[in-house]
Amino acid sequence: MSGSGTEPALLEVRNLKKYFPIRGGVLGRELARVHAVDDVSFSVREGETIGLVGESGCGKSTLGRTIVRLLEPTDGDILYQGRSIATLSRRALRPLRQEIQMVFQDPYASLNPRKRVGSIIAAPLQIHRVGDLRERRQRVQELLEVVGLSPEHYNRFPHEFSGGQRQRIGVARALALRPKLVVADEPVSALDVSIQSQILNLLEDLQEELSLTYVFIAHDLGVVRHVSDRIAVMYLGKLVELSPAEELYERPIMPYTEALLSAVPIPDPDLSEKRKRIVLEGDVPSPINPPSGCRFHPRCRYATDVCRQVEPPLVDYRNGHLAACHHPLNVGVSAPA
Amino acid sequence: MPEQLLEVRNLKISFRTEDGVVRAVDGVSFTLARGEVLGIVGESGSGKSVTVMSVLRLINDPNAIFEGEVIYKGRDVMSLPEKQMREVRGGEIAMIFQDPMTSLNPVYRVGDQIIEAIVTHRGGSKAAARKHAVELLAQVGIPQPERRVDDFPHEFSGGMRQRAMIAMALANNPEILIADEPTTALDVTIQAQILELIDRLKDDFGSAVILISHDLGVVAGIADRIAVMYAGRVVESGATRELFYDPQHPYTWGLLGSIPRLDRPKQERLHSIKGMPPSLIRPPAGCVFRPRCPHAHERCLEEPTLAARTGAPGHLDRCWLDVPAKRALRDRSIRGDTAVA
Repeated sequence: MSGSGTEPALLEVRNLKKYFPIRGGVLGRELARVHAVDDVSFSVREGETIGLVGESGCGKSTLGRTIVRLLEPTDGDILYQGRSIATLSRRALRPLRQEIQMVFQDPYASLNPRKRVGSIIAAPLQIHRVGDLRERRQRVQELLEVVGLSPEHYNRFPHEFSGGQRQRIGVARALALRPKLVVADEPVSALDVSIQSQILNLLEDLQEELSLTYVFIAHDLGVVRHVSDRIAVMYLGKLVELSPAEELYERPIMPYTEALLSAVPIPDPDLSEKRKRIVLEGDVPSPINPPSGCRFHPRCRYATDVCRQVEPPLVDYRNGHLAACHHPLNVGVSAPA
Repeated sequence: MPEQLLEVRNLKISFRTEDGVVRAVDGVSFTLARGEVLGIVGESGSGKSVTVMSVLRLINDPNAIFEGEVIYKGRDVMSLPEKQMREVRGGEIAMIFQDPMTSLNPVYRVGDQIIEAIVTHRGGSKAAARKHAVELLAQVGIPQPERRVDDFPHEFSGGMRQRAMIAMALANNPEILIADEPTTALDVTIQAQILELIDRLKDDFGSAVILISHDLGVVAGIADRIAVMYAGRVVESGATRELFYDPQHPYTWGLLGSIPRLDRPKQERLHSIKGMPPSLIRPPAGCVFRPRCPHAHERCLEEPTLAARTGAPGHLDRCWLDVPAKRALRDRSIRGDTAVA
């Protein structure tokens, strides 16, 4: 995995917003809006893996789905290879769909139980009219091998496979059209740990072999650190910190990131005992009426008046380590009171 | 030595299915002492949930076959009449389930569900039970408990629902609290809150705890002893420190190595256990882990017994390799850097 900074951006997200209307009453008027993704900007370089982390409801999946245009953005822009795709029509989008693919979280729900594996993986080829029957069949058998299954699995049904194998089928389907960008939404969170590591290793191998670019969405900070070059932390629809992976774990700037890292259980009893945990009080507030100022302030132990009133901008502190915080940690200046 | 509360002896649970008899649990034994936290770790299908559910006799399947003994305070739970069993269940032994979304009844108020648990086991007036329910909600950290006691489950967040479940489980001062993956459905920050809560409450209430998890990280901080289950068997058990710092079974090494860890430098490559867990209808001959074990040899065709091999008291494992060989081999699996895929 690379990420030296010289590669051009493959994907750029600019001030992206996705709001969901809540309608009610006899006229179905819009009563309120869920601010699922609220003014998020970042870019992804070719060949890089960017990890998107955050708790349930932070908007990471919505962001992933909006990037691949499974959801229509409310506002903002998405640039793929420098070209805006946020408002492209379905027809104009079609050739691009080959290059941007998605792997879904639930390997049980994302494969049609009535279709054979062969036709599930061949579906993208069919839709995009790639090759004839024989060529498609050959390509599918190739893909089965690429993801560590066997060509004989061609005629089986999804229920004949375990969770890990199904996720391999999902990966094969995403790779069928030789995409450049793969958005993987929690691809391993439904799997057991021993199987999870198999899939993570597979995704890494494939990235190298096929020079893929990943947007990797996960809630597990260990998994994200393992696969990512850079990591974006989201909270209530906002991007609150963006950093090179190791840097984020060593010197988090945003108190939310610090708390999130300290909550990850460590499989080592002595370390687990020694380490000081920052236990966040309460739950994530509602994205319908997000808190004023910094959205994290009601749960933040460093919060002051300014946090309640002014929304902090995303500032570049050093070498591409960005954070949105009035009381940044680990930056050497203005230690939090 | 603290008083022994629970002893499970050679528990076997199988289910008759169309495809044959599934041996979900095959000879599991463990003990639980007063005030102790026992962690049971294993992957899906390893038999950990079925084991604890059968302790409470919650498996109501005509195709299930049980063998072995579950001794709670000197009485065999397996042969208790249902009436007495009902007193034990939810009273002396209480359980918290994985999914707080489905384990509360959505059409009853949270408070009423706790009140029901109190009145069923202790009798007394509803008013007194309600007061107790409010106290319990306060103890598990629900804000404004006097008001929230009348909420419906859908008005609670996931973390609050799990707190409510814990309040309900603690309603009758149970001797044993069984928590089956209590934090799996929750976010890490909420998970940390709930684990801290369980850790604090076990001291306040003096309960022993059985904590089931697929995550070794979750049990590391809270368990006194850990049993690792694989394919319906305990493959290793011992004091938590022994298990983490001197693990004896290759499956335990595999589990430890599969976790991407925040406390160590990033590994180039994760260790992964090749293959999948075996069929429990036709389990492999000999050691059940043999088909996936990189260190399997001829002797593994004979099933190893769960025995003390390291000399540390209470540290048992099911692996034929001798202890020095294991100590030499395991780092590669756990550290993962040079792991074979």
